Amino acid sequence: MRFIFKTSYEQDIRLAKHGGHLFWYGLLAVGLVLAPWLLPEYWLAQLTFVLIYAIAGLGLMLLAGFTGQFSLGHAAFLGVGAYAQAILTNAGWPFPLAMVCAALLAAAVGVVVGLPALRVKGIYLGIATLAFGFIVEEVLARWESLTGGNAGLMAGPPALFGWTIDSNAGFYAICLVTAVLATLGTLNLLRTPTGRAFIAIRDSEISAQSMGIHLARYKTLAFALSAALAGLAGALYAHKLQFLSPDQFNILQSIDLLLLVVIGGLGSVHGAFLGAIFLIAMPQLISLGKDYLPEAIGQAPGLQAVVYGAVLIAFVLFEPMGLYGRWLKVRTWLQLFPFYRQGMFKRQKSFQKSDRLK
Amino acid sequence: MTPDTLLSARNLSVRFGGVLAVNDVSFDVRAGEVFTLIGPNGAGKTTVFNLISRIYQPTSGEIDFAGPQGMVRLTQQAPHQVASLGIARTFQNIELFEHASVLHNLLVGHHTHRRTGFWSDLLFTPAARAAELATRERVERVIDFLDLQHHRESLVAGLPYGVRKVVELARALCTEPRLLLLDEPSSGLNVEETDDMAFWIQDIVHELGITVLMVEHDMSLVSRVSDRVLAMNQGQVLAMGTPAEVQGDAKVAEAYLGSIDDVASLRRQP
Repeated sequence: MRFIFKTSYEQDIRLAKHGGHLFWYGLLAVGLVLAPWLLPEYWLAQLTFVLIYAIAGLGLMLLAGFTGQFSLGHAAFLGVGAYAQAILTNAGWPFPLAMVCAALLAAAVGVVVGLPALRVKGIYLGIATLAFGFIVEEVLARWESLTGGNAGLMAGPPALFGWTIDSNAGFYAICLVTAVLATLGTLNLLRTPTGRAFIAIRDSEISAQSMGIHLARYKTLAFALSAALAGLAGALYAHKLQFLSPDQFNILQSIDLLLLVVIGGLGSVHGAFLGAIFLIAMPQLISLGKDYLPEAIGQAPGLQAVVYGAVLIAFVLFEPMGLYGRWLKVRTWLQLFPFYRQGMFKRQKSFQKSDRLK
Repeated sequence: MTPDTLLSARNLSVRFGGVLAVNDVSFDVRAGEVFTLIGPNGAGKTTVFNLISRIYQPTSGEIDFAGPQGMVRLTQQAPHQVASLGIARTFQNIELFEHASVLHNLLVGHHTHRRTGFWSDLLFTPAARAAELATRERVERVIDFLDLQHHRESLVAGLPYGVRKVVELARALCTEPRLLLLDEPSSGLNVEETDDMAFWIQDIVHELGITVLMVEHDMSLVSRVSDRVLAMNQGQVLAMGTPAEVQGDAKVAEAYLGSIDDVASLRRQP
């Protein structure tokens, strides 16, 4: 059991709270940097996907997990980012500049989508964003002169002034740097007034407002930031797949992203990464398990959707705080061994005001 | 209006459809006093609070407030600007940020005094770091003042009701207000906690120099801390004066207890 005695406010705002954090995150960083040399090509590609989804997940986490605004059309921002990146890099722009533009464009679209959020809440916001997702998918399919329509659009590998990064390791490095920067930015926001305003809006709009928080401004900001991160992930996604078509950014992709944040654990930055790992690992596990199942079930076309649905229901019922919530319990169990009590994480049912995050 | 008037409400009325919730109410709150609104349920006390904190728009009438830059017409301000003018409030049914720690709640209270923008927050520049440290120091004073050290890191969702009340008071104090609106500060508290609350209200007025406007039902608390009391019933002002004067007022007694004729008619006929 570790006791932290704080002697300065500096300790309170530091990202690594104690030596344990430094050690384990340091180890993780070393592992991630060395991954291209340690992992075979296939696993490196999967890790790259995890990073890309984690960036998009961070965006949705900021919006759904920290600001309490659910979006059922987040794949649209991914799509806007991806198409912007493909079109700009095809026009010869250096990829970092194109990525910034993709993020800004997605953010601008996010602001537009955020406008109804100032008026509608909960399920109605879900419907509004869902509709927006369909609109974007349709625009991507119909604006053939720009997007190539349903025939799709090719995207090259990232290039910078004639220097092309076409190795897997090089692209992995780009994703890693982007993911680290996105995470640091999110963590920074969360320890400053901006992030606290988001959380305040999630838990009680009325008292957030009476504490002087401009609801409209912060909700719009949350939408813009969330869309920008999704756009950034979309830009990387374009380079990763090298072929874009509108149906990659449909409602199923949006639901995958929502699944990611809920299973990862709403309201935690770790959750975005754990959820991304889940989302990438799950199809592999399912295809591994397929052979052991009777043929009628194992080869049925909708197996993956059924498993996803079952897992989601199980999480909502038994672990509403997601994988990260489970990890917190395991960690507490280890720290307190043998004194862990059953009801330790049980929340009081009464007085619970905020329905958005239980 | 006298020079020491902090808040002045003139002919306030609010109509919700056919219901006149507040009907032609006028009062002045002087700097440095404890001003209490009393009245039976549904008298319109909380509605007056919601008018002051701009959650409702009055149908007619106006409110003036002596902000840091002189008198402002409160009824023309946006709801989120009220806090930066120096008005903080608590809620009747506690509106804390449930899934955040006590410290975090109090830091949100300091929001109006933020000096950094989005970009410096995102990059956590030295300016943002310095502002963060300064904020924590300010908040720590409130934690000291209300004896909340034990609960600093605990999640609000796990705290007992009495402590939540204090945390909400603390969060309001963190906005460093000139006027504090307390909506039923003693509701749901036991006798000892109510006593503590009375001491704190007196300390807030005398030590911190903050004016208090409160809604309260517990008459012993009201007479202990209030300088002036305004009694309301059905949206109208019944009486205003010192606690003793208002308690002795015939109309107030009637509003709470009914008229003597009502009682007479209930008496069993021989």
